[in-house]
Amino acid sequence: MRISVRVNGEEHQADCWEGESLLFALREKLGFPGSKNACEQGECGSCSVLLDGTLVCSCLVLAAQADGHEVTTVEGLAQGDHLHAVQQAFVDAGAVQCGFCTPGLVVATVDLLKRNASPTDDEIREALSGNLCRCTGYAKIFDAVRLAAAGVGWTEPAESGAAGFAGGESGASAL
Amino acid sequence: MTQTTQRPLEAGRIGELVPRADAPPKVQGAFAFASDLIVPGMLWGHTLRSPHAHARIVSIDISEAVTMPGVHAVLTHDDVPGAKTYGLEFPDQPVLAIDRVLYYGEAVALVAAEHPEQARRAAERIAVEYELLEPVADMEHATERPDLHPDRPTRGQHGYRDDDRANVVRHMVIRHGDPDAPGDVTVSGVYDVGIQDQAFLGPESGLAVPDGEGGVDIYVATQWLHVDRAQVAPCLGLPLEQVRIHLAGVGGAFGGREDLSMQIHGALLALHTNRPVKIVYNREESFTGHVHRHPARMWCEHRATREGKLVNVRMRILLDGGAYASSSTAVASNAASFAVGPYETPNALIESTVVYSNNPPCGAMRGFGAVQTCFASEAQMDRLAAALEIDPVELRLLNALKPGDVLPTGQTIAGSMPVAETIRAAAALEPPGAEALPRDPLRLPGGAGNTTRGEGVRRGVGFAVGFKNIAYSEGFDDYCAARVRLFPDGSAEVHCAAAEVGQGVTGVMLQVARTELDTDDVRLAPSQTSTVDSAGSSSASRMTWMAAGAVRDACRAALEERDRRPGEEIDVERIYRHPQTTPLDPETGQITGERAHVAFATCAMKVVAEVDVELGLTRVVWIGAAQDVGKAVNPQQVEGQIEGGTAQGLGLALMEEIQTRGGLITNASFTDYLIPTALDMPPVESVLIEVPEPDAPYGLKGVGEPPTVVSTAAVVSALRAATGRDLTRVPVSPDDICL
Repeated sequence: MRISVRVNGEEHQADCWEGESLLFALREKLGFPGSKNACEQGECGSCSVLLDGTLVCSCLVLAAQADGHEVTTVEGLAQGDHLHAVQQAFVDAGAVQCGFCTPGLVVATVDLLKRNASPTDDEIREALSGNLCRCTGYAKIFDAVRLAAAGVGWTEPAESGAAGFAGGESGASAL
Repeated sequence: MTQTTQRPLEAGRIGELVPRADAPPKVQGAFAFASDLIVPGMLWGHTLRSPHAHARIVSIDISEAVTMPGVHAVLTHDDVPGAKTYGLEFPDQPVLAIDRVLYYGEAVALVAAEHPEQARRAAERIAVEYELLEPVADMEHATERPDLHPDRPTRGQHGYRDDDRANVVRHMVIRHGDPDAPGDVTVSGVYDVGIQDQAFLGPESGLAVPDGEGGVDIYVATQWLHVDRAQVAPCLGLPLEQVRIHLAGVGGAFGGREDLSMQIHGALLALHTNRPVKIVYNREESFTGHVHRHPARMWCEHRATREGKLVNVRMRILLDGGAYASSSTAVASNAASFAVGPYETPNALIESTVVYSNNPPCGAMRGFGAVQTCFASEAQMDRLAAALEIDPVELRLLNALKPGDVLPTGQTIAGSMPVAETIRAAAALEPPGAEALPRDPLRLPGGAGNTTRGEGVRRGVGFAVGFKNIAYSEGFDDYCAARVRLFPDGSAEVHCAAAEVGQGVTGVMLQVARTELDTDDVRLAPSQTSTVDSAGSSSASRMTWMAAGAVRDACRAALEERDRRPGEEIDVERIYRHPQTTPLDPETGQITGERAHVAFATCAMKVVAEVDVELGLTRVVWIGAAQDVGKAVNPQQVEGQIEGGTAQGLGLALMEEIQTRGGLITNASFTDYLIPTALDMPPVESVLIEVPEPDAPYGLKGVGEPPTVVSTAAVVSALRAATGRDLTRVPVSPDDICL
């Protein structure tokens, strides 16, 4: 079947087999391999995307279910050369090792801070408990979330789903 | 996608806090992991695996499978053109099963198809007739069963002790001083460790691309490109030059990518179809498709003086290697070498045996044998402290190894060995005070699943110390190559086949090159087999040391060459070797030269845990770690290794175990094999002890393994303190801690 999905603000179409997940379609058909295939059974959060603004595991959504809907992936967060505040915080805090869980955690953190701009440590742990990381022991991921929350010019994401950029021309807040 | 940011991310010299150059692409989803690779005309490969732990293959019929939609090839052992078997150290494992299967998940046949689902469905139509055989599933009785490998591949000219018992992969004995020496006080215990999995998040993946001239390029997530090539090429019947292996993005490794996964399989399908073939394991296949941490049973007896000085340590170690040898011989040796822990004892008798069975194959995992024995020996040290009524930290300080001391192998410690400093630093860390009840259920043992108000919560403080070797040991020719090119415009390019598996070695190599060349204009070439000699494996806490040595030497040679030929392009390659080690005597386990191990690193850990003794639930509240790191090349990354390594040990202590029934894995998913989540990990406070290692570049030590070696022992020590139970098996189960 042919599906139409708006990914990161742009319309995309793909021919899919009915059994394909949104994750597979994004990665293999639509050119968005940023969402990761760590467990493909909804346990690890590495494939997290925003589907019409709601955080989901794209491995648990059929590609066909996304037909006519809007998806924001990790590739849609930066604006040109400017990393999203959450992405920059992950870089600065040393929250990235192998990086396989990172796209899912970045998207989950964007979702958390959209709902709760200044989460407590427990709220951070709870919100990210569906995203497994095997390298970092999570400590520097928590640092990154706190850094992004404390942040430098965090604002509500705009309608396009891509806002909250760090590092303007001066290296300071752009927003 | 662009990878630039506002900051000069690539600046940074040795010892500076340097953001990773690969972090910006990784946070944007722009870093190409092995499973992300796509090329035009690509097929998907799939591996049919054995559903049995032990069976004879009566027949394999592929006639229906080849007719399935989209299928381009169905291959069996008949289609392996070269050597039919391979192995990391001993070629005892078939590329595809020939006439029998020895473990659940053993590869039997391959399919290439247009779509991964077509490949999976075709594999289901391969008719394999099995005659079931009784599995060797209990390691304690493996030597009484028929030989699974009658040709005994690890016997003969390998320098191991002869052992005629069936299914023995390696048996070794370390005899030190008088193994019968008595002490004033004796404590004994039997300890068990379950099978742990590396559970890296990026599943085994790779892309094999035929070159049209009979050769193949393999892009794969691995830990050692050149040793992969040495195994792949003979099985394909090709010379080494026709097999080029390229490092694709690696989603974690932890030892689980030392052995081959899809490399030969993908190449066979690619050469057979003359099309690029991608293979991506799903999580279930990943759990069955790589080696695990050896399960262990350890019988221990510690004898000491009334003052607490160790007199004699006696330990018998049994490890289950599973169906194939992998790196079992070295794991067994490491388990024995570090069995006593970082303590001096004048006498010891340590026996270590690893056996073949029909259980899942075991091999390398972070800590490599030292994790299992640290759990046992640290429990023994706590027992000894209790028997002598000595503070457990004081007991450890009393026995702490220092330079000049002699190990049970007879090796005198020549390098940096700040065990006492490390213990004192960890002991001095102040944990947070006890939290009042009632409190948010999220902060109770078991988290939001706790159904009480915390009436049964008890708090305990534990302590443990662990150490292990850095780099390869026992006479292995351990080296790393690096190549440096200097250009007339002042820029430089570094080639090294070191595998970046998440540990940050690419950043280390850049730091070294910038430091040595005194320029920031340095780039790193892709890691591959065709442009530079071997780097050795990203394992054994060796890669930072070895790559730093090789890049340093190549940079210095390049500068000398540029002095001779100013203005010209310079291109030099250098091989770095750490000081040579020698084998252990096969009969006594004593050194045959100056040293069997190059150097050592220690980590001491204090843990606060709470146990709800009514529900059998735990909460690790806080962890303080002090680690002997030589020199912190990049302090932020060192902390990351300590935090992440600690998490893996905590997982083994509390939840992680590959469960088997008659050799069959019953929990091959993240639903059933649990690893620590954000809610399971406490804050980890770390102190870096920098006592330079004289034999290492810049005085550094590898840092990846020591925290994993010790944290299992330290967490269980805290649970013992909270419950008063012996807790002799990990992972600890709720039943063990319900009072």
